[in-house]
Amino acid sequence: MLLSTMILLPVLVAVVLVALPGVDAARARVLALVTTLVLFVLGLMLWQGFENTGPAFQFVEYVPLFEPYFAWHLGVDGIALMLILLSVFLMPLCILASWESVQKRVPEYMAAFLIMESLMVGTFAARDIFLFYVFFEAGLIPMFLIIGIWGGTRRIYASYKFFLYTLLGSVLMLVAMIYMVGEVGSTDIGVLSTHDFDPGVQFWLFLAFFASFAVKMPMWPVHTWLPDAHVEAPTAGSVILAGVLLKLGGYGFVRFSLPMFPDASAQLIWLVFGLSMVAVVYTSLVALVQNDMKKLIAYSSVAHMAFVTAGLFALNTQGIEGSLVMMLSHGLVSGALFLCVGVVYDRLHTREIARYGGLADTMPRYALLLLFFTMASVGLPATSGFVAEFLVLLGLYQTSTWATLLMTTGIILGAAYMLWLYRRIAFGSAAGDDTRAMPDLSLREIAILLPITAAVLWMGIYPRAFQEPMKPAIASIVARLDGRQLATLPTDMTLTPGLPAFAAPAAAAEAHP
Amino acid sequence: MNPSFASILTAGPELVLTIGSLLTLMLGTVLGQDKALKPLTYVSVFILGIAGWAVLQAPAETVIAFDGLYIADSFSAFLKVLILAAAAASMWLALPYLGESKTGRFEYPVLLMLATLGMCMMVSANDLLSLYVGLELQSLAAYVLAAFHRGEAKSSEAGLKYFVLGALASGILLYGITLVYGFAGATGFDAIHDVLAGQGERSLGVLIGLVFILSGLAFKISAVPFHMWTPDVYEGAPTPVAAFFSAAPKAAALGLMVRVLVGAFGPMALDWQQIVVFLSVASMILGAVAAIGQTNIKRLLAYSSIANIGFALVGLSAASPQGIEALLFYVAVYLAMTLGTFLVVLQLRRADGEAVELLSDLAGLSKARPALAAALAIFMFSLAGIPPLLGFWPKFAVFQAAVAAGMVPLALLGFVTSVVAAYYYLRVVKLMYFDEPGVAVTSDGGRTNGAMIAAAALFCSPLGMLAMTPIVAAAGRASASLFLR
Repeated sequence: MLLSTMILLPVLVAVVLVALPGVDAARARVLALVTTLVLFVLGLMLWQGFENTGPAFQFVEYVPLFEPYFAWHLGVDGIALMLILLSVFLMPLCILASWESVQKRVPEYMAAFLIMESLMVGTFAARDIFLFYVFFEAGLIPMFLIIGIWGGTRRIYASYKFFLYTLLGSVLMLVAMIYMVGEVGSTDIGVLSTHDFDPGVQFWLFLAFFASFAVKMPMWPVHTWLPDAHVEAPTAGSVILAGVLLKLGGYGFVRFSLPMFPDASAQLIWLVFGLSMVAVVYTSLVALVQNDMKKLIAYSSVAHMAFVTAGLFALNTQGIEGSLVMMLSHGLVSGALFLCVGVVYDRLHTREIARYGGLADTMPRYALLLLFFTMASVGLPATSGFVAEFLVLLGLYQTSTWATLLMTTGIILGAAYMLWLYRRIAFGSAAGDDTRAMPDLSLREIAILLPITAAVLWMGIYPRAFQEPMKPAIASIVARLDGRQLATLPTDMTLTPGLPAFAAPAAAAEAHP
Repeated sequence: MNPSFASILTAGPELVLTIGSLLTLMLGTVLGQDKALKPLTYVSVFILGIAGWAVLQAPAETVIAFDGLYIADSFSAFLKVLILAAAAASMWLALPYLGESKTGRFEYPVLLMLATLGMCMMVSANDLLSLYVGLELQSLAAYVLAAFHRGEAKSSEAGLKYFVLGALASGILLYGITLVYGFAGATGFDAIHDVLAGQGERSLGVLIGLVFILSGLAFKISAVPFHMWTPDVYEGAPTPVAAFFSAAPKAAALGLMVRVLVGAFGPMALDWQQIVVFLSVASMILGAVAAIGQTNIKRLLAYSSIANIGFALVGLSAASPQGIEALLFYVAVYLAMTLGTFLVVLQLRRADGEAVELLSDLAGLSKARPALAAALAIFMFSLAGIPPLLGFWPKFAVFQAAVAAGMVPLALLGFVTSVVAAYYYLRVVKLMYFDEPGVAVTSDGGRTNGAMIAAAALFCSPLGMLAMTPIVAAAGRASASLFLR
C-alpha cells in the first residue's frame, strides 16, 4: 500500500488545491510543502523496509483494475527505489525554491508539481508495461503547463517543442510495446524481460524504444529540446526536468532495452557509443561558448547523460552501476546548480553570465556552495560525481577503450566549462552596481542547498549505502546480457593488463580466434 | 403469438420512438410555436429514455424480425444505447441556444427524434433496403436540422449543401445496392454473405457494388475523400446541431458500415480491407494536417471528427472481433469527448452577446472561467490521446487490434498522425492557459449543461479509466454477436 499511497496522495492534494475554494497562495505553498515532506518520509520508510539481499522486487501490489488492457501492478527493485528517493528528496526543495519566485497562480503551480511527483513515483514503481507508459507519458501534461504558464519569454515555443518531441519519440515505443505484449501475452514487465524475442525482431523493437528513451535522455542529436525547455522553465521546473525527468530515459534503458533486447543491445553498442562520444565532445564545446547560465548547465546535462548511456551499454556490472550512480549524482548536482542559478536570477532577473561577477566578494556563502557544486559536477573526489565517472570509465574500458578515451576528454572539457563559468560569476569584479548590491543567501535558500550538499558528500564518501540496494537488480540484468554476441568494434585497443609481455600475443590470439 | 406482433415487439425501441415522435408532433401543433419547445424537449428526452430502457430490457441473444429485415443483437443494443444517450444530450444542450437565438421552435426535438429513429433502424438493419430506409430517414431529418436557423444565410447554405451532397451520396449508395442485388441476387445480409461465401471467384459487379456502397457510407461518416461537406456544414449549422452531427449519426453510420462489411461482405474482407485502410489513413492524415490552419472552433472540430473517424476505422480495417470491439469502444469515448467539447463552446458568450466561434476568443479563458477551461483542457488532451486521459485508450485499443492483425505500419502511421493532431489540440490549451485574455468571455448556459460538461469531463479524466472495463466488456459482447453466425 505504501507505493499506492505515494502515488495517490499528491494527486488528491493537487485536486484539493485546485478545486477547493479558499485555497490562497500562502496556504497552497504550505500544503504542498507538507505533502512533499510526507512523501519524503514515506520514501524513507520505503528505503527502511527494503531488504538489500531479498528478492529483486519488493512492495509488490497487484490489482487487476483496468482489464483487459493493463493492471495496477507496482513494485520496486533497488534501481527504482533509488530513483524514487531522488524524486521525493528533490520535490520539497523545489517547492521551497518556488516559495517567493512564483507569485502567479500559486495553487495551480503547486498542484502541477504534486501531480508531477506522483507521476514520477508511478513511472519508477510500475511493473506493468502499459502502466509504465501511462505514467511516463502523462508527465508531459504538467510539464507542458509548468513551462507554458510559468516560463520565460519564449515559453510557448519551448513548451510545444518539449511536448511534441517527446510525444513523437514515445509513440514509436508504444507500437513496439503493443507488439511485444501481443507476442508474449502478458503485460508484466518481469515476464517480458525474461522472454527471448527473435534477434531480428529485437533489432526493430530496440530501435523503437531507443527513439523514445534517446529523446528523453536526451542523446545527441535529439537533445535540442532540452536547452530550450530548461531556459524557459521556472527554476523548480528545471530542477525537476534535470533532476528526475532526464533519468526516465536511463531508467528506460535499464528496465526495458537491456533485459528485453539483450542481443540487439549487444549488437548496437556501436550506435550508442558513437552518439555518446559525439555528445560528450560536442555538447561540452557548445557549453563552453554559452552566455546563458541555464543553457550552459543544460548542455552539461547532455554531456553527463552521455556518460550514463555509455556506461549502461558497457554491458557489465561496473558500467551499469556507474551509470546509475551517475544518474543519482547528476540529479542532485545539476538540480543544485539550477537552484543556484535560480538564487541569483531571483535577485537580478537575468541569466546572462556577463551580468554577474565578483560574487565571491559580495555573496561569500553563495560562492562557497556554488563552488562545491561546480566541483561535484566536474567530478572531484569525495563528491558523488567522482564515484560515478570513475565507475563508468572502469566499466567502459573493458568494452571499448577508444570510447573510454573519448569520454575521458569529456571530463577535462567539463572541468573547463564549469570552472570558467565559476570564474566569470564568482571572481573578477561585479558587472554593475546592481550586481554588487545583491544580498547573500537567505536562510530559506541555505535550507534548500544544504541537504543536497550533504547528500552529494554522502554519496561521494560512502557510496555503498546507495549501491548496495541496486546490486541484485544489476546482477540480474548483467546475467541477462551475459554471453551475448557483442558487436565488433572497429578498432578495439583492449590490452590485457598485468600479463607479461611475451604472453600478450597468445592471449590476443585467444580473444580473437 | 402472431409473427408480426413478435416482430413489432422485437423492434420495441423503434416502436417507442415512432409513436413518440408522432405524439410530440401533435402536441407541438396543439401547444403552439413558442411555448412548446421546453415541455416537448423534456417529453422527448423522456421518450428517448423509455426507448433506451426498452433496448436494455431486450434479450441478449440475437433475434431476427420482419422476415429478415431487422435484427436485434448485442451489437445493435450497444450502439442504440450510445445513440439514444447522444441524441438526448443533443436535445437538452440546445435549449439555451435556441432560446437566445430566437429559433426556439418545437420541431427541433421532433426532428431529432425522427433522426434517432432512423439511426436505430440503421444499426438494426439486416437488409440493404431497411438500411437505406433508416439512412434516409436520418439524413432527411438532418438536412432540415442543418438549416434550422432559417433567418441566417449561413445556416440555409449549410442545409442546402448538405442536402445536395447527401442526395448524391444516397444515390451512389442506392446504385451500389442495385448492383449487389443484380450480381448476388439478394438484399438480405445473411443471404449475401452465403452467396459470397459460396462463390469461388468474385464477380466484378459485386465488387463495384461494394465500392459504391462504401462510398455512400463513407460520405455519411465523413471519411476522406468524402469529407468535403463536413467543415462547411459544421460551421454553418447552428452549434447544437453541429454537436448532434458530430456525435450520434457518426456512431450510427459507423455501426452500419461495420454491419454491412462484416455481416454481408465478410467473405470479401480482403477486398474491402484495402478500401477501409485507405479511408482510414487518408482521414487521419487530412484530419490532422488540415486542422492546423483553422481559426474557427467549429471547423476545427469538424476536422477533428474526420481524424477521429480515421482512427475508429483502423479498428474496422483489422476485420477481427478484437478490432470491432476496439471500434465500438472508440465510438463510446469519442461521443463523450466531442459532445463535451461542443457543450463548452455552447456555454461561452462574448461580451457583446454573440456566440464564441473563433479560437482566439478562447484566449485567457483559464482566468475568466477556470472550471470551463479545465474541462475543455481535459477534452483536448483526451482527443489528442495523451494518457492517462480516457481518450488514449480507444486509440490504444484500435492500434492494438491493428498490430494483432499484422498491420504494424498502419499503427505506426496512425500514432504519428496523432502527434501531428496533438499540435492543434495543444493550441487550444495554449490559448486558454498561456495567453492573456483578449475578448471578454462570459458564460451563461443552463445549469444542466454545466452538469453535462462536468459528467463528460469526469468520464474523460483519468477516473474514466475505471469505467473502461465494463465498457470494453460490453463492446466485446457486441462484437462477438456480430461474428456469431
